[in-house]
Amino acid sequence: MKEKIAEIQKIAKEKIAEIQNLQEAQELKVKLLGKKSELSNLLKGLGTLSPEERPKIGSLVNEVRKEIEEKLNEKEEFLKGKVLAQKLEKEKLDITLPGTKIKRGSKHPINRVIEDIQDLFVSMGYDVVDGPELETDEFCFERLNLAKGHPARDMQDSFYITNEYLLRTQTSSVQARTMIANKDKSPIRMICTGKTYRREDDATHSHQFNQVEGLVIDRKELNVSLADLKGTLEVFVRKMIGANSELRFRPSYFPFTEPSYEVDVTCFKCGGKGCALCKKTGWIELLGAGMVHPNVLKMNGYDPDKYAGFAFGTGIDRLAMFRYGITDMRYLYTNDVRFLSQFDRKDEE
Amino acid sequence: MKLSLNFVKDYVDIDTDVKTLAEDMTRVGNEYDLSEKLIPATKLVIGKVLECKDHPDSDHLHVCKVDIGTEILNIVCGAPNVKSGIKVIVALVGAELPGDLKIKKSTIRGEESNGMICALYEIGLDKKFLSEEDKNGIHILPENAPVGKDPIEYMKLDDSVIDFELTANRGDLLSILGMAYEIGAIYDKKVKPIDLSHGEEGEDLNKSFEVKVNTENCKLFLARKALNVTIKESPDFIKNRLIASGIRPINNVVDISNYVMLECGQPLHFYDADRLGNCIETRMAKKGEKLTTLDEIERNLEESDIVISDGKRAIGLAGVMGGLDTEIEETTKNVLIESAIFDSVKVRKTSKKIVRSEASNRFEKGIDPNRTYMAMERAVKLLEEYADAKIQTGIVIYDKTDKTEKEIDITVKDINDLLGTNISKQDVLEVFRKLDFSYSEKNDVITVVVPTRRPDISIKEDLIEEVGRIYGVDNIVGKLPVVPMKIGSVNKIDREIRNKMISLGLNETLSYILINDKEVHKFTRDSFEELRLLDPMTEDRNTLRYSMIPSLYKIYQYNKSHYIKDVSIFEIGKGFWKKGEEYGEDKKLCVLMSGEYYLGINNKKDVDFYIIKGISEEILNYLGYENRYSFVLPKEKIEEFHPGQVAEINVNGEVVGVIGRIHPEIEKEPVYVLEINLDRLLSKKVSKMKFREISMYPSIKKDISILIDKKITADEISKVIKKSGGNLLVKQEIFDIYENKILGDKKSIAYSLTFGSNSKTLTDEEVNPIVEKIIQNLEKTFNAELRK
Repeated sequence: MKEKIAEIQKIAKEKIAEIQNLQEAQELKVKLLGKKSELSNLLKGLGTLSPEERPKIGSLVNEVRKEIEEKLNEKEEFLKGKVLAQKLEKEKLDITLPGTKIKRGSKHPINRVIEDIQDLFVSMGYDVVDGPELETDEFCFERLNLAKGHPARDMQDSFYITNEYLLRTQTSSVQARTMIANKDKSPIRMICTGKTYRREDDATHSHQFNQVEGLVIDRKELNVSLADLKGTLEVFVRKMIGANSELRFRPSYFPFTEPSYEVDVTCFKCGGKGCALCKKTGWIELLGAGMVHPNVLKMNGYDPDKYAGFAFGTGIDRLAMFRYGITDMRYLYTNDVRFLSQFDRKDEE
Repeated sequence: MKLSLNFVKDYVDIDTDVKTLAEDMTRVGNEYDLSEKLIPATKLVIGKVLECKDHPDSDHLHVCKVDIGTEILNIVCGAPNVKSGIKVIVALVGAELPGDLKIKKSTIRGEESNGMICALYEIGLDKKFLSEEDKNGIHILPENAPVGKDPIEYMKLDDSVIDFELTANRGDLLSILGMAYEIGAIYDKKVKPIDLSHGEEGEDLNKSFEVKVNTENCKLFLARKALNVTIKESPDFIKNRLIASGIRPINNVVDISNYVMLECGQPLHFYDADRLGNCIETRMAKKGEKLTTLDEIERNLEESDIVISDGKRAIGLAGVMGGLDTEIEETTKNVLIESAIFDSVKVRKTSKKIVRSEASNRFEKGIDPNRTYMAMERAVKLLEEYADAKIQTGIVIYDKTDKTEKEIDITVKDINDLLGTNISKQDVLEVFRKLDFSYSEKNDVITVVVPTRRPDISIKEDLIEEVGRIYGVDNIVGKLPVVPMKIGSVNKIDREIRNKMISLGLNETLSYILINDKEVHKFTRDSFEELRLLDPMTEDRNTLRYSMIPSLYKIYQYNKSHYIKDVSIFEIGKGFWKKGEEYGEDKKLCVLMSGEYYLGINNKKDVDFYIIKGISEEILNYLGYENRYSFVLPKEKIEEFHPGQVAEINVNGEVVGVIGRIHPEIEKEPVYVLEINLDRLLSKKVSKMKFREISMYPSIKKDISILIDKKITADEISKVIKKSGGNLLVKQEIFDIYENKILGDKKSIAYSLTFGSNSKTLTDEEVNPIVEKIIQNLEKTFNAELRK
């Protein structure tokens, strides 16, 4: 009897080793361990054995049965793994092929800069204010202390529609509008960004361009001073141009501010060493700024003895050109799709 | 204003080099364009041509032996006027001439050349200042010129020039004296007095000559007479200073008028007194009046021109240009001198028509009446000295000017409050002293007396600017305003729309708002008056756009001409209008699409009507208008659209936009556009975004396919389905449309209908009768039949 069992064990081992696939494993399982298998038959025939032998043989058969079962399971697992591996192998891709195209739009460089400027000033408590581009002479000039006959408001330099209406030449027109709208004379901290128009067109001037204008007004005792203007513009310039930018305030003249300054920044091309862009001076003229002229305050409902303010403005087109290294201003307005689609990703932080 | 350093040194002692002076002036607000030596050439020496032979191998070159004192050089020279015996300017080997020219040892057609014999224009003088001989050849120096010495020094051309770009308010700096005061303030130097001394003889001019002023536009008119002048070449220092200042020397008399204008900032006019008569009048021009100006052009005068007349006819345009008839000529003996102030606005207007000159520029910026007197005295002084003139006794005066000096009260606190500084009273007073402003103190108040030479200073803030300038803006430390904490605000709707359009794969453009007037009423059936520019730069851009579509279509055309056919662009911008007396502008969103467009993932498709419609729906839904809009045929035809592929977007019964294909007659490529009036759309309130309970029960989908008349629109079918479907029909979607010859004038259209309930699981028994009802109603309403 024991020999018989040993024989079964031996043959089973050989057969298991010969199994090629999962189906053969299934068939062999039935054959070796099924109800009609030799081992099952042996168990059925245990009754013919003596009471002493019965438990010994019984446990021997069960041991062998268990062993075969384990071996078979082991084999099955092995084969399953093999099948999976084959399947995965078949599904192998050329991962160097290009990914699926998804169309990405793009944001115009000027609007990128405008959004950044807005975000910066909003973070400093400024309101972003909008104003009309088709403006009246009153708001564009008169209320900004540019009386009729002033050279800066020449017909030649502005696009007039009638004697009264024109395309705004500067976002400064929004200054007067904001002051007048602010009936309760609460402090003003505002910027306005947008399109402006002047009667000139050449390699460095477009008749349509973009400006940002800022205005701060508060009670005099709160010290809205030139030093505050300087500090504010330092923040602006260092954020928009670079942390190492230096500023130079050059006394100048604008009718709507007194004192007035032109603000130079370290040349962004050469870093102040002197190059063709800065005409070897190391400085680039960037902003106009100053303390709001008492006449402007008066004309727009603020008592200059009680209130003071500062204002500043700059062109956005050049900031955009600097940021993205755009070599020719005309690219900004030609709208060549090959140009536009370059601005299709997030700006770096 | 070109500032000659030699010239200003007459009035203020400085030893600063030109670059430093230019930078220091910039810091106080006087920007410059260029600062350099009048003659930038280096390594020049006076030489004598000892020998001059024709070059054996050339028809125009000469081979010269030139003595430069230390040696004799062999130089090849191409000038036609070179000859032996003359003194010349020699640029030695190593010299640098303007235009990046470096002189090197060379061999020219076999002849050695060790330098260059120079023309004046080659060493840096503009040809416009030169005589005919000097324009065409090398410069020949006088016979006594010292060989071996520096020719620039010898010719007294060793000057430096700063070309300032002055601000509009600083007319006072258009004079050497004004510059002297400014430089004096920077370096703390006193300005030296100007020499006005001269003799006088004969009868008082007032007895024989009359000055009449018959216009408000002349406030001051002075006349004097210089007799027996000798017209000749000016002395070198006058000529050279004029050249350095950018003015061409003519003769001593004319040069003196310009020289004094440069010194005092007061333009003068010299008349040939013998051709003038005994009266001079200032008045406005008469209608139809004519005058031949000294450039020999006959001018038609206007009533806004100020003219000078001899009592009978116009003899000059005041402040702009003299007349030909009374011009100073070689034969002039007696000179009548005019020193006057004319209205700045009138002069500007006239000069813009005729010519912007040194004189008109000064009148435009305004003139100190005290300088009008000073210039007159200075002119006769120089005429006496350099034109051998005898000065007739007396000056004829018409004067309505106010010469009172302004007094402004200011405190140190005023200054420090505005500048945000802590400048001491001592320092403030120092600034006024340096500016040569007198002042007095009473308690805290400083009363500053502003001299008439500084008309730009009229209020306290102007004085504060002066303190800031001279004290130094660089000394003011920046700080941030101390203000109550507050969150700034920005309307983000533009950004939301912009980002949405970008996420749909569109490129944002920035177009010009000025278009041609022929385009302005296109792509719209709105009625409005176009807004035309009074003075356009080009006819292409003479009108403000109403619709943005012409702007974007132009961009499309540009790209198409550059072989870019896949164009999907958008822009948020403005359209402008006038209705009656009202002017306005609306914010608009415009989209233009043509060529291929990616539909989501890897699905390229040629743009068609339904893509642009899908874009429209997407933005409307995104902005919260879902289920509130419809696309309808325009009530009137819009010529520029394909009549069968155009729709207006209606929101709550108002037209807010239009979509369609550009008419194939205009554009043969399929180009689709969308425009939404955002101001109109966004004025319609949107409901709050709110959570909707998600049904816990599964929904049931049923597909039906019907055959129906082609003319029935999807919108009409949809309405019937919706009405028949009742509450349980939650969604209907078209998933197939099919037309072919066999179907004839019918089309097959298939719907996927979704039924659901929030309160229970629906069964076929409940849904099937609804589907039946939908089909029946479609059959009844449209004579549709169910496809099985």
